[in-house]
Formats: sequence, C-alpha cells, structure tokens
Amino acid sequence: MSQTLNLTLKVWRQEGPDADGSFETYKAKNIPDDASFLEMLDVVNEDLIDNGRTPIEFPHDCREGICGTCGVMINGRAHGQEKGTATCQLHMRKFSDGDTIVIEPWRAAAFPVVKDLVVDRSPLDKIIEAGGYVTAPTGTAADANDTRIPKEAADSSMDAAACIGCGACVAACPNSAAQLFTSAKLWHLNSLPQGQPERYKRTEAMVETMEQFFGACTNHGECYEACPKEITLDFIGYMNRDYIKSKVKNRKLAGQQS
Amino acid sequence: MLPDSKVPAGPMAEKWTNHKFHSKLVNPANKRKFKIIVVGTGLAGSSAAATLGELGYEVEAFTFHDSPRRAHSIAAQGGINAAKNYRNDGDSVHRLFYDTVKGGDYRSREANVHRLAEVSTNIIDQMAAQGVPFAREYGGLLANRSFGGAQVSRTFYARGQTGQQLLLGAYQQMMGQVKAGKVKLHTNTEMLDLVVKDGEACGIVCRNLVTGEITSHSAHAVVLATGGYGNVFYLSTNAMACNVTAAWRAHRKGAYFANPSFTQIHPTCIPASDEFQSKLTLMSESLRNDGRIWVPRQLNETRAAKDIPEAERNYYLEEKYPAFGNLVPRDVASRNAKTVVDAGYGVGPLKNGVYLDFADAIARDGRDAIEARYGNLFQMYERITGEDPYTQPMRIYPATHYTMGGLWVDYNLMTTIPGLYATGESNFSDHGANRLGASALMQGLADGYFVLPNTIGDYLAPKLNQPLVDTDDDVFKESERLIEETTSHFLGIGGSKSPDHFHRELGKIVWNRIGMERDEEGLKSAIEEIQALSKEFWSDLKVLGDAKSLNSSLEKAGRIADFFELAELMARDALDRRESCGGHFRTESQTPEGEALRDDDNYAHVSAWEWNDKDTPQTKHAEELTFDEVPLTQRSYK
Repeated sequence: MSQTLNLTLKVWRQEGPDADGSFETYKAKNIPDDASFLEMLDVVNEDLIDNGRTPIEFPHDCREGICGTCGVMINGRAHGQEKGTATCQLHMRKFSDGDTIVIEPWRAAAFPVVKDLVVDRSPLDKIIEAGGYVTAPTGTAADANDTRIPKEAADSSMDAAACIGCGACVAACPNSAAQLFTSAKLWHLNSLPQGQPERYKRTEAMVETMEQFFGACTNHGECYEACPKEITLDFIGYMNRDYIKSKVKNRKLAGQQS
Repeated sequence: MLPDSKVPAGPMAEKWTNHKFHSKLVNPANKRKFKIIVVGTGLAGSSAAATLGELGYEVEAFTFHDSPRRAHSIAAQGGINAAKNYRNDGDSVHRLFYDTVKGGDYRSREANVHRLAEVSTNIIDQMAAQGVPFAREYGGLLANRSFGGAQVSRTFYARGQTGQQLLLGAYQQMMGQVKAGKVKLHTNTEMLDLVVKDGEACGIVCRNLVTGEITSHSAHAVVLATGGYGNVFYLSTNAMACNVTAAWRAHRKGAYFANPSFTQIHPTCIPASDEFQSKLTLMSESLRNDGRIWVPRQLNETRAAKDIPEAERNYYLEEKYPAFGNLVPRDVASRNAKTVVDAGYGVGPLKNGVYLDFADAIARDGRDAIEARYGNLFQMYERITGEDPYTQPMRIYPATHYTMGGLWVDYNLMTTIPGLYATGESNFSDHGANRLGASALMQGLADGYFVLPNTIGDYLAPKLNQPLVDTDDDVFKESERLIEETTSHFLGIGGSKSPDHFHRELGKIVWNRIGMERDEEGLKSAIEEIQALSKEFWSDLKVLGDAKSLNSSLEKAGRIADFFELAELMARDALDRRESCGGHFRTESQTPEGEALRDDDNYAHVSAWEWNDKDTPQTKHAEELTFDEVPLTQRSYK
C-alpha cells in the first residue's frame, strides 16, 4: 500500500507580470506517494481554498506528459530531478517524508510571468511561425508512398519531432537559449525529403527569429538534461551547420531569381 | 422541427463527388471578403483554419490554451485509419465504411461515414506531405498495424505519439497561414457565447483568460472544433481543461445536441488509485495486439500474477470471443472488464483492474521487439504506477475516453443554426453509438481538411458583400452583459466548496448512473441527484480571486455549470433510448449472452435535443436513419 508524505513547499507567488513576487511557505499534508506532483499541488490548492486563500496558479493540462503545458522549477531544476520526465509525470514516490520543495516558474527573460507559476511562452510559437512547417497546401499531395523515406531517416526525424514545446530547455539554460527547441523542429523537417525545398530558407528564418527573443548557446548542455523527451544536443550541431550553409544557399537562390 | 440532413441522392459511392459539384462556390477573388471564426485548434480546428486560409478566406482562430499545439488531439496515441490497402489484405473504402457503420452499431448516418472513408486516403497523403514522420518499413514505405478490432492492417502511426505528430503537422500548417496573414490567432481566449442575429450565427463573445477582458468577434460563419465532453465524468482520459462550454452555449442559442448519452469507455486505462486522482491515463489500445487480458479464477486471490498457474487464469475475452479475442471492440472489452471486476475478480490494491499481460509476447518475440513497439507506453506506465510491465502484467480498467454525441450537423457539417458549423469530436456525425480505434484522428482531419472547406462555400456564396454584424450591436452587447453578470455571480456566491469539489461529486453520479451500464431506475435518480447537486453548486460555490487576471477556479466554475446541464440531458437521452447500442448499454435490453440488444424498429434514429429554457427540459427530435448499404445485423464478435 502507498505511503503518505508531509512536505514543506516554498512556492513563488506573483500577482501579474508587473507585480513583485515572493516565496510563500505551505504545508502539504498526508500526500499519498502514488499522487503525481501536480495532484500534490491540487491537494494544497483545495486546502488553500478551504482556508479562504487564493489557490496557486500552475500550468497543466493533459497530465500525461505530451501536451507540454506543464512545467515548473522544482528545487532549481526544470521539471524536477527525474530524467526524461515532465512535471506531470513526476510522482511523489520520488520524494521523502519531511522534504522541503522549492517551486518556481520557468526563469527566462523571454518567458514573463503571467501569474504565480504560469509564464508566457508565446515566443516559441513565433519561431514556428517563422518557418517551422512544410508548405503543402491541402489537396496537393501525391500518394504518400510515392516518396520513400528510409526507416532510419524517419526514426531520426521522429526523435526530433517528439519535442513537446514545454520550454524546459530555455528555463534550464543559463543563457535562456532556445537552441534545443529550434533545432529539434529544424531537424524534424530538414531531415525529411518533404522538407528539402524550404530547408535553408526555414533554417535562416527560424534561427534569426529565435535570436530576437532568446540568449545565445554556449554548449552547457543543461537543456538536454532537463528535456522531458531527451532531445539530444546533436540537433543543435545540425542546425548550426545548416544555418551557415543557409547564408550561402539563400543568396544563391536569390541570385537565380533575378 | 429538425432541418433536412441534406444527404445527397444517388449511389453511395458518388454522393460526395456529386454533392461537391452541386454546391455553390465562392470565386477565389471573393473569398477574402468573408470572415470565418474557427474555435478550437486541435486536429479539426487547425486543419480547418489552415485550409480555409489557403483558400483565401479571412480566418480568426481561437484557443483557450497558451499555444494552439496544446489541444488535446496531441494526446492520441495509437494511430489513424485510412483505406489505403497498402497491405494488400482486402481493405477498401467500402470496407472501412462498412466497419465504421457496423462498429458504430448502426446509429450513424451512412452517407457521412462513406465520405469519411473516401477522404481517409487523402489525409495520409496530406500529412505525409506536411512532413509527419509516420512509422516506416525498411524499404522506406509506410508501415501499418491492425488496431482496435479491425481485421485488416489499415492504421498508420508515429510511434505511440500519432496524435502529437498529426496535430503538430496541422498546427504548423496553420502557423504558416498565420505568417501569411490569412489566419489571425487568438490564444488564451475562451469562447463563452455564440451570437445569433436574425436566426444566423454572426460571431462569438470570448474572455481573455489572462486579462479577464470580455471581447466580441464578428464573422460570416462560425466553426466549432471544440472537442468532446468526456470530462463530465470528472475522471476521464481527457485533459484537465477539456469541456463542453463552447458547444453547450451554442446549444442554448438553438443548436440541437445529438445523442448526448453516446459516450465511449476505453478499456485500457490505468485504474484509479485514490480520491486525489485528477485524471485517468490511457494506455494505447494497440497494447491489446500483444497483451493478453485475464483475471484470476479464484476470488480473493492474493498471489502475485506470475505465481498464478495458467489453469487458474481466466482469459475471459479469448474464451468468450474466440474469433476476436483480446481485440473485440472497445465497448465489449470495457463491459466485460466491469463484469469480472464487479464479480470480485479485480486485481491490484483496490481490486479495480484486470491484467494485461505481455509475458507470452516477450517470450515469443523477445523483449527488444516489445520495447520497440511499446517502449514509451511501458515507460509511462512505470512512471505512474511504479511497476515494471516487462516483469509483471499491467493493470488496466476502463475509463471515459471519447464522446460520440455532440452538436447535430447536416451533411454539410452545419448545425441547426445557419452559419454555425461543428467539426471533429464536437459534432455527432460519424461514429454512431461507438467509435472504432484510430478513427477519431481520421474524422477530425477529414472534417477540417476535406469536408468543411468544400461545404462552407455553399452557405457563404449568397452572402457576398453582406457586411459583418457590428460588435456594438445589441446582440453582442447583451451577450457580454450576461457573461459579466454570471462572472460576478460566481465570485459573489461566497459559499464553502471549491469548483473541483462539485465537479468530482457530479462525476461520481455520471459514472455510477450514466456510465458503462444504465437502467431506468438509476437514470431517474441520476436526474434528481444532478438537480440537487446543481442547486447546491449555485448556492454554495466558493470562487476566490478576481475576474481581472488568470483565475482557473473561475474558468472551472463556468465549465462545471455547463457540465451540470449536459449531465442532465445525458440522463434524459439515455432514459429515452430504451435499447442498448454500442457504448449505450441499457441493462433492460440485452441478448441472452449479455450483449447489447438494439431495437431497430423504435430507435434506428438520431435523437437531437432542442433547448427550451433553463426550467423546461429539452424537446427531442428524431432523425430516422436508413441503411441501404450495410444490412442491419446483431453485432457478434464470437
């Protein structure tokens, strides 16, 4: 049968983007260790409401580690200590009775706090908007099996496409860089035949949009450590290679047009 | 009066082609003169917004998430069906059509289902062109698997994350249109009302979840792609924020709600472990391809699964249904699990599950092969339960997963309100009383990519140069006023119980009375219990905080209020339908073998419910269903 835990939480509370925030201390009592981390916060919130205090706002939705909505700093680590695990999939059996847990929102200049533990991650959508797609209007496609893709290539593309867009990579990075997120999308599309015609245009646009919002990469690798999908650093290398090439290739393309 | 379903005449296989030809068109240069609102950015919404934008319409897309990519389509695991017949195993458009009508237990509209099967092949082509990394064979061709009760391999997949990859494909396509300036995206914006003027949908009123601002948006047509209502059960596989509010507010404005009691209980979910449980997690149905389902033959079994000898295990599905075995349709698998658990054979600490055992598959194919197929699912299971499914069987139990009911739509996907369309899970159209596995993704994308963009022009064409209704018009202002009023009401009740408390209690009633098995007595008492709890909700609710910033308690309060009304309608619908069909099982109507027994003479129809007012129950309208191609038979999976 499951054990129960009694914990002390230090939670960042902040009314809004412009308000000053501070840590508040709460007791989390009799938490079953089968509960998920977010269910533990649910219990704390119910307790706060019972006592007439506004509940903690925290980001969450699917609670099965795929939507990418959730994510908080747990004891200074994005998504907590368990590797390859989003906050919603972290379970309380990984903690011990009597623990103190510090819970903060993602920390990055590009992700301003909306309220408490919720941040605004819209710059990630801006990077996708810049070129994170294959232009293939509905209705134009040939039979799906006309384009063969070696299994290894499809698998490698899928490894990158598994990114859930949670932003943990940015939060974990000392520079608040979004290289892992951006490069994962680039490798997903750039490694497939369908992605070739727009490969360099896409790379240049996405990288330069990323740089408008996020810091520079200095190869710390913290992003990989924090990534709930264990997206690898290799993709950043591929992105850098394509970005350099894009500067030449896109100019050549422009030359052909004139 | 129910409007005409607009099902075209002519042979089944030519209906859709003919219908497209006979529909009015909007000239490419005129499309920019029309504004279309799309609410929801899951598969159905993103694909519709992208495609309508590409066609040239001015599109505004709304999502209450912080990014369109968070929509719950992302959580679909198993796959997407398409009648490609790439396996040369006898599949065809007709077979997919036939399977879907039969699987839906003859409560869907044949013509809609045939169209779905027809466009299924285009979806795969479209998604491959978008760069969706589908699973492939070593030769580079697309891989397929058999899924959820199908006897052909027609399911395409991307590991256990098919929904994610398809949604990202549609989302990215839409973001391309955002960049092109054809789609305007509103995030963190929840639709709280549909606005109707002179009988036609003319816009929506929303609340910005971050700032609390109430805003009106006007359009020539409104498309709802707002998903299903499974969260009425509180515990379900839906994401926490999934709700019925957009569809329900449209229902209150005149859109009929069809077959609300048709809900699907998915057989393979991780059993609940305690009261704190906030949701149930689905384990993909594909696991049933290799896993064997069993319970101990002995009551009060205390031995670990591996210590129970073969002879003392009851592989109840394999015994009862030798032809389909563990792959029987979802409703059959779910009900059988309930039967053995109710009889006391359940496994796990709370005796609320059955085993799904991979020992034989691992012995046959090797651990590596099983890991390649299901690795991420096994990992997810291990995270949640702390148990290793490679060495001990999984424990599973049914949970609410999908809702076949939804807004009534005609063949054009238009609701009973002209100008209001419903797509994907939010409509009722294609799955009848039970949805087959890997068909939800197919329907969402079929509606958004290929159906709606071809039918919406027929409504818009005659409206060329008709101005939008001004958002200062009384219809918008009145709607804004009512929303503000309800919001302040919630904040002012000052009761003693949280929104979650009421949601949880409501969920218990719905699960116990309107769940896997329903009977007259239970349904009647459900209505009374729901009404009593609803009364308490409106007088003893406690919502803290304010309306001017992010306040998830306030958001929940509004959604739960709609769930109360929906739950009551579900009970009325289930009570009215004195037959069993698909996911709707009335204990009074079963075969001697305990299977769902339909009453085709009296219930071969769609029940579409018309809203009256808060104090008068809805009025039922029946759309008779005819079956010209798929003969009505008693389903049998023996």
